[in-house]
Amino acid sequence: MPEPMLETIDLVKSFAVRRGFFAARKARLTAVDRISLTIDAGETLGLVGESGCGKSTLGLTVMQLYAPTSGTVRFNGEDLVELSPLQLSRVRRKMQMIYQDPYASLDPRMNVEEILTEPMAIHDIGTQQERIEEAAQLLDIVGLPTDALGRFPNEFSGGQQQRIGLARALMLRPQMLICDEPVSSLDVSVQAQILNLLRDLQEELNLTYLFISHNIAVTRFMSRRIGVMYLGRLVEIGPSASIVDTPLHPYTQALISAVPDPQPLETRRNRKLSGDVPSPIDRPTGCAFHPRCSLAQELCSHTEPQLRELESGHLVACHLAKGTGDTRRPVHETA
Amino acid sequence: MNKPLLDVRDLEVRFYLRERTVHAVNGVSLTVDGGQVVGIVGESGCGKSVTSLSLMRLIQKPGRIDGGQVLLQDKAGTIDLLQLSEKQVENIRGNRISMIFQDPMTSLNPVLTIGYQLMEPLKLHRGLSTTEAREEAVRLLDHVGIPEPRGRLKEYAHQYSGGMRQRVMIAMAVACSPDLLIADEPSTSLDVTIQAQILDLLLELKDDLGTAIIIITHDLGVIAEMAEKVVVMYAGTVVESGPVGDIFNAPKHPYTQALMTSIPPLRNAPERLNTIEGSPPMVLAELAHCPFEPRCTQRVERCAADRPPLVNLTPGHACACWVVQAREGGSHA
Repeated sequence: MPEPMLETIDLVKSFAVRRGFFAARKARLTAVDRISLTIDAGETLGLVGESGCGKSTLGLTVMQLYAPTSGTVRFNGEDLVELSPLQLSRVRRKMQMIYQDPYASLDPRMNVEEILTEPMAIHDIGTQQERIEEAAQLLDIVGLPTDALGRFPNEFSGGQQQRIGLARALMLRPQMLICDEPVSSLDVSVQAQILNLLRDLQEELNLTYLFISHNIAVTRFMSRRIGVMYLGRLVEIGPSASIVDTPLHPYTQALISAVPDPQPLETRRNRKLSGDVPSPIDRPTGCAFHPRCSLAQELCSHTEPQLRELESGHLVACHLAKGTGDTRRPVHETA
Repeated sequence: MNKPLLDVRDLEVRFYLRERTVHAVNGVSLTVDGGQVVGIVGESGCGKSVTSLSLMRLIQKPGRIDGGQVLLQDKAGTIDLLQLSEKQVENIRGNRISMIFQDPMTSLNPVLTIGYQLMEPLKLHRGLSTTEAREEAVRLLDHVGIPEPRGRLKEYAHQYSGGMRQRVMIAMAVACSPDLLIADEPSTSLDVTIQAQILDLLLELKDDLGTAIIIITHDLGVIAEMAEKVVVMYAGTVVESGPVGDIFNAPKHPYTQALMTSIPPLRNAPERLNTIEGSPPMVLAELAHCPFEPRCTQRVERCAADRPPLVNLTPGHACACWVVQAREGGSHA
């Protein structure tokens, strides 16, 4: 079996926080808690979860923009955690990121030509003339006119700005893109343009995506597999269709049934979740979801469930979940 | 036939900026019956929020309501909110019509307790004593599903989670049992499981109190689950309106059709999404043509020359499109 392009093993990112009166008490917030996952070349892994579940932190930790607290990130077999800053910069050419707010991620004082040629300049690739030619070519690929080069970010609409952000990420011809909520700030008609573009680019340039979003329908459209996070933990991962159609974890079930479905005459499924997501600082013991889970038993309150493969390629971290038990086809996730 | 609770006719709102005039709302007409849930859907800048603020007469300079009528059914008869004095409108706001907004944190005062903010209007509007107001505040918080309401009266907004803050806003909005609640993107900043709780709460209150609701959102899913009637807006105009089943199952206007197919469905994901080329316009002059014409795949010559009126295709289902009207006929709405 070919090696996955990206692999994380027990990846942890925690932050020291101070709480209480005059920040007298110290505590640790574990935003990413022992995450192990793999992404194959050319595939898209979607990550969904509610705010504060650690999905964005996971993206940043994979990029090594946050130093992991512990665990391993392997990219093309190379352990990124061990690399020196210089070696890391070489790897980052192959792994780029696009962000939620396209305007905030573009320097308003630089024109598009400067924005697009900067990554090549930083990595000292090509002559200025070659960089500009490359920039013009990428503008064409992302569907912007070449005369955009001389203009500034504020002259473009939100969708066009996201195209510029995408062109910049592609300037170094990366193998992998980490997309953190890339369409969340866009209107639906523009969102559709960007989603189609991302899929076209994936095919043309053979890109691998880690696609992070709170929107399950968007993630379903983009991804071959989906991972669901809750309070820093991966609670379920599997093929997109099984995650959406036959979710096994009670949290995933609640999450999916809470998505307002644009089918007005369909009867409303009613699996309501009560309460809020607990603070990751005061993580519940055992299964972190047990205080909100309608099925929770005594076991759930003290023993943390581990990911188990219940169906082929479909893993779930729940003591009570039952799959079809069909795990015959080979899989590559490690629990 | 009964008169609708709210009847908006040909509403015009413009913003007079130094270098240009933005025509934010261009002749919007819609009706809301008592106890009905009406959804207004559209992309950013389509005028849906400006429309709702106009209903409350909350448009501030440089904006101005330049025309139209906002007729509210009253015991005494029909009143036009746009003709009332500021003093008279204050009496309507909060009492007959109230509003909740997208971001509850900006609508709550961070340095006053939740209890104070809930009790103050009760004392002012309903003339309750402090003790009575406190009891009423406890009842309201309990009604919107806040656990241990008595203790939580003493807390401040930052001690509440986002979903809880929106519940407080709803409690305030329904404190005087209004006839109409305007909810502008009430669940947009919330996570989906919390969003589901808030939407359910709004529907419960509608059933309990008989309050009509206008829900404004860009999320077609929210509209489908909440609304009985849908108003689709584009560039400050109503392009289509009708019963939720008609709009979702048989949309007529090319914009509505394109909008429906551009959102990824949760199940049966397609290979590609339908897209609408370009982006929504900002209207800077009197509309003399169909505002969707430049992006429309079904356009004909007339669309660029003449603005289509909103006409009824079937009773209750109206559409503003020359192509649809030529195909299906229709009578003036």
